[in-house]
Amino acid sequence: MKAALLFAIPAALIAAPGADDSFVLKNATVHTMAGAEIQNGSVVVRNGKIIGVGKNLSVPKDLKVIDAKGMQVYPGMIDAATQVGLIEINSIRESEDTTELGKFNPQLVALTAVNPSSEHIPVTRVNGITTVAATPEGSLIGGQVSLVHLDGWTTDEMGIKPHAGLQLRFPTIALPGGRGGGIDADPSSPFAAARSYTTLKQAYDKEIAELNEFFESAHRYKLTKDAKAPGFKPDLRLDAMIPVIEGKEPVLVEARRERDIRDAIAFADKQKIKIILLDPAEAYKVTKEIKDHNIPVILGPSLALPLTEDGNYDQAYKTPLALQKAGIEFCFATLTGGSNLASRNLPYQAGQAVAFGLSKEDAMKAVTKNAADIWGVGDQIGTVEEGKWADLVVTDGDPLEAQTQIKLLFIKGKPVDLDNKQKDLYEKYLNRP
Amino acid sequence: MRRLAIFVLMSVAAFAADPPVLIQNATILTITNGTVKGSILLQNGKIAAIGDRVMAPPGATVIDGAGKYVMPGIIDCHSHIMAEAINEGSVSVSSMVGIPDVLNPEDIAIYRALAGGVTTANILHGSANSIGGKTIVMKMRWGKDAEEMKFEGAMPGIKFALGENPKRAGNPAGGRGAAPTNARYPATRMGVEDVIREAFNDAVAYKASWDLYRAKTARGEVAIPPARDLKLEPLVEVLEGKRLVHAHCYRQDEILMLLHVADDYGFKIRTLQHVLEGYKVAKEIQERGTGASTFADWWAYKIEANDAIPYNAAILTRKGVLTSLNSDDAELMRHLDKEAAKTVKYGGLTETEALSLITINPAKQLMIDKRVGSLEVGKDADVLLYDGHPLSNFSKVTKVWIDGHEYFDLDQDVEARPKKELEKKALIQKAAAENRSFGGGGGRGAANNTGGEPNAAPQGVPQQ
Repeated sequence: MKAALLFAIPAALIAAPGADDSFVLKNATVHTMAGAEIQNGSVVVRNGKIIGVGKNLSVPKDLKVIDAKGMQVYPGMIDAATQVGLIEINSIRESEDTTELGKFNPQLVALTAVNPSSEHIPVTRVNGITTVAATPEGSLIGGQVSLVHLDGWTTDEMGIKPHAGLQLRFPTIALPGGRGGGIDADPSSPFAAARSYTTLKQAYDKEIAELNEFFESAHRYKLTKDAKAPGFKPDLRLDAMIPVIEGKEPVLVEARRERDIRDAIAFADKQKIKIILLDPAEAYKVTKEIKDHNIPVILGPSLALPLTEDGNYDQAYKTPLALQKAGIEFCFATLTGGSNLASRNLPYQAGQAVAFGLSKEDAMKAVTKNAADIWGVGDQIGTVEEGKWADLVVTDGDPLEAQTQIKLLFIKGKPVDLDNKQKDLYEKYLNRP
Repeated sequence: MRRLAIFVLMSVAAFAADPPVLIQNATILTITNGTVKGSILLQNGKIAAIGDRVMAPPGATVIDGAGKYVMPGIIDCHSHIMAEAINEGSVSVSSMVGIPDVLNPEDIAIYRALAGGVTTANILHGSANSIGGKTIVMKMRWGKDAEEMKFEGAMPGIKFALGENPKRAGNPAGGRGAAPTNARYPATRMGVEDVIREAFNDAVAYKASWDLYRAKTARGEVAIPPARDLKLEPLVEVLEGKRLVHAHCYRQDEILMLLHVADDYGFKIRTLQHVLEGYKVAKEIQERGTGASTFADWWAYKIEANDAIPYNAAILTRKGVLTSLNSDDAELMRHLDKEAAKTVKYGGLTETEALSLITINPAKQLMIDKRVGSLEVGKDADVLLYDGHPLSNFSKVTKVWIDGHEYFDLDQDVEARPKKELEKKALIQKAAAENRSFGGGGGRGAANNTGGEPNAAPQGVPQQ
């Protein structure tokens, strides 16, 4: 009997998709992120897509009505670069699929390795994050960033845009990190030679040359391919570069320091490619160039230490405001240094910028609309507007505040279970005798 | 004598240099006695008055606290800032070494922690050893020397560690920090238990040898004192209740193991640190009066953190365990207030319970709650001023006092920046003129920059 009941529940759930991705959410304050908020507004959803937003809408009779009186409705938030789904346990190599061997891997696609059963997915989405940009790592080119919904039976169902951009960690004069790291001031140090500026600069120059050569080879490859010469054999690596060199697909360039950011911009000019800057910690020093080139920025965590010992303690808190003032389009990402733990804290990264001057509206836009626009999926997600996926977060307050509770969550119009492994453990052990 | 007199005068002068501070019209979160809308007076290093109306003493600095919040300084029960060395990893019992010997008062992480509202921190040895080094409680008196930053009279401590970290060095394929050669015992959780038991077995015998010697000399007998053992002395202090044990742990099995070992040898574990599966054995922890100091929501960075849940602090609190939130990290240390806010979301703690996790609870765990951890008349004037509620992500610390002395002021920090920039420029130009090559990193403070990026001087090195 019990077994039959247990069996009946999943069966009911399986029958659900398609049936319950149509509804009307009524009486809520709707923060569309595409105009003023709507008091006592409704959102009408059919087959997972928003078909109406506003006041006093005529509601099709066949739709289920959800009364959201007193609640706030926001578009689902977007973590613009993370490894959710690509890593399960950081320290276990076997559970990590972010970093392939080799320097040039434009043919790799993150979506391939996103594990729909990852525990990180339900843990992340219950804080209102409905989409992430799953981002491979690598030096130099790690692969294709994939935009994925944090719900779906399969990667096919999760994928929004598998080839959203090409990840590139821009060469830098790498200062070895950690204790006692850095360029050695002391020539008698045993590490002095390996860490000397000259050595590091040589390594940097070599990587820049390799990178340019790789792009040049993609151009040569394209010429050969376009010529349709007999016996032409496709090269999967170089094939993946064609949309990039044609300027159709952006390159996500990780460049943190001022010099690296300037170099990355110069590189983009030279190669005539579209770039998005990732985690440019010193972007505040380069705002004019970034603005002039119309380059979007994906900021790393604002809860971050200054890059230098004498840096202002609040620099990372204030950089979002500096970009806003300069008119630069930006959003937030939790990724840096391979940590996939923080994706659920994306809204609090934006909240910290509010404490240091960014408006709540701009902060919320950054984690929704801007992120969607920057990744080229603004026609599908990022706002509560007609024609978009119904990725909706229904809350009792501002999602950028840690104390706010998410009451309802919809991804592609489908109600998403707010339970996860952590909540199950909570309930189990809270009730331990 | 005369020198002494001058010294006394000078210290009085230094003390007197801080005028009384009166914050008016503020929302005062006392933590232990509710919320007061009114004033708080800091005088002679202590909290002198809290109330609806407090008269300003002559010479007092009066601050309008309208729309602002006052709360006690944050106490971080687990930090490694200031420490020039963290792990003596060559042995699995390193109780002979101690963090008090390697404190750097110029670590910039101190100032950054202050700016995030931390006024006291428990500075711990690392977790590479089953029994690690000695620990110390420090006040973040930025600008003072290490001796002056020590929390006067605070109980000394010692770090223990269980699970993956201490056993890693025993496993040549143990990953991060693993010894490439010469595997070190232990390599399992069983071995970690044994190492701790063996050490206390030795400590009991060592204590007995001294007890015998003292008994003999007390009777007037001639006796030869035992040879001092610097490794066992701190463990004897643990047995005698004179040194607090702060034990790094994750999984419920190892937590229970340590509680049993402590039971068997008759000592207490003062705090379980991290204790990410503490919620599974809250009852056993509570029964022994042991405290728990955890993270708000860290998980999944290693397999022993796989069952970590953000509800840990809430369950432990509900089950009667004295619980705190700590940082273990120079960056996280700057927003423990925001971490506390998460416990309202995960598990429904009240605002006061949430703030207690970073104030009075860690103070009790470190046995310094008579001095700090709440806003009460007579306690140390370790006080924070916020521009909004401390649990809001939209608020920030604007002023910090320790012992009534202002150690952080946001406006002054901002005002000083152009001057600092000019000074830096001048120094770089001077160095460039002298044609010196220099770079950052290896600098003392840089060691604690967990971002791992040392202090570069881009203008100082040849541009490409």
